Amino acid sequence: MAKSEAELRLHGLFVRGLAGDAAAYRSFLEQLASHLRAFLARRLFGWPDEVEDLVQECLLAMHNQRHTYQPDQPLTAWVHAIARYKMIDLLRARAGREALHDPLDDDLAVFAESATEASDARRDLAGLLATLPDRHRLPIVHTRLEGLSVAETARLTGMSESAVKVGVHRGLKALAQKIRGSR
Amino acid sequence: MRTDQLVALLAADAAPVRRRAVSRRLGVALAIALPVSAAWMLMAYGVRRDLIEAMFWPMFWVRLLFGAGIALAAFVVVQRLARPGVRVRGAWLGLAAPVLLIWLLALVALLSAPVEERAALVMGHTWRSCAIDIAVVSLPMFAALLWALKGLAPTRPALAGAAAGALAGGAGAMVYALHCPELAAPYIAVWYVAGIALPVVAGALIGPRLLRW
Repeated sequence: MAKSEAELRLHGLFVRGLAGDAAAYRSFLEQLASHLRAFLARRLFGWPDEVEDLVQECLLAMHNQRHTYQPDQPLTAWVHAIARYKMIDLLRARAGREALHDPLDDDLAVFAESATEASDARRDLAGLLATLPDRHRLPIVHTRLEGLSVAETARLTGMSESAVKVGVHRGLKALAQKIRGSR
Repeated sequence: MRTDQLVALLAADAAPVRRRAVSRRLGVALAIALPVSAAWMLMAYGVRRDLIEAMFWPMFWVRLLFGAGIALAAFVVVQRLARPGVRVRGAWLGLAAPVLLIWLLALVALLSAPVEERAALVMGHTWRSCAIDIAVVSLPMFAALLWALKGLAPTRPALAGAAAGALAGGAGAMVYALHCPELAAPYIAVWYVAGIALPVVAGALIGPRLLRW
């Protein structure tokens, strides 16, 4: 099977991101979000409101589980498997049986389309973030949303610099867990 | 929070990821738990007294290789199941092969033995405790592997749990083999297989509850 242009482009960005290239990783996430939005919107036509929530949940899951990707594997397969897993999870939680008559096909075309226009997420991730304990919440809020450096955050919160870094990392995992709990 | 804000947040957490992180994580779990299993075997059951002598008997090695073969194949299966979008494919055969081989060996042994001795070949002297003991010895590894899987991304949690059980059971059978006095192939074909099946079933039942992400 010939690899699509999107597969090659995203694969290149992701592999550089996995090696620590933050700019490539950001570009990868942005494009991935567009593809996911189009892919999920087509399958969740009964729940247009859920699409952006699920895009965010998939992004967070792919970020937290990115160590399970190996560069020799087609990226499409990895992305599709995670999106499908999260979609099944959502359908089980939200709709029960009536929803299960379609979207779970084996069509792997996650990168076939792209939709850059984000609708508003219904689930308030910032609200969930606020429920995290301080050791997770403060590092994320200060370094990510307010743009402070790790050193500044450490001074402001009285945490050590390594605790700030660990706090961001663990906090993102805890956030994914909160999402599951909020269903 | 808008999606572009989330993307910015995630992109800023782009610490380099180690290669082969899945195999590494599973390997670490085994490396931590295997000594615990071995210590439990030594304290609770003890090594068989004639261990040195037994090392010259082919069946001693057949029994060890049986456990090793299952553990090895199960490792491949688990690490594939832990990665989204990776198919297990032929690795299932590797898991079935040691079982089929020991069953074949058992059949040959039974058919070539006099009828009145066949029951003894299957039941040995320790059949009452064997399967349970193998399951108990494999328990530390089973728990460690489930913990490792919780940090990975199995999209088929029942299968992943079962495969983790096979890995723990195969390794547990190897450890238990250093104690076990039974060497007949029919005995291994029944009770070792049963001992490994216990964590496999437990994993299939626990997986869907525990391995959500």
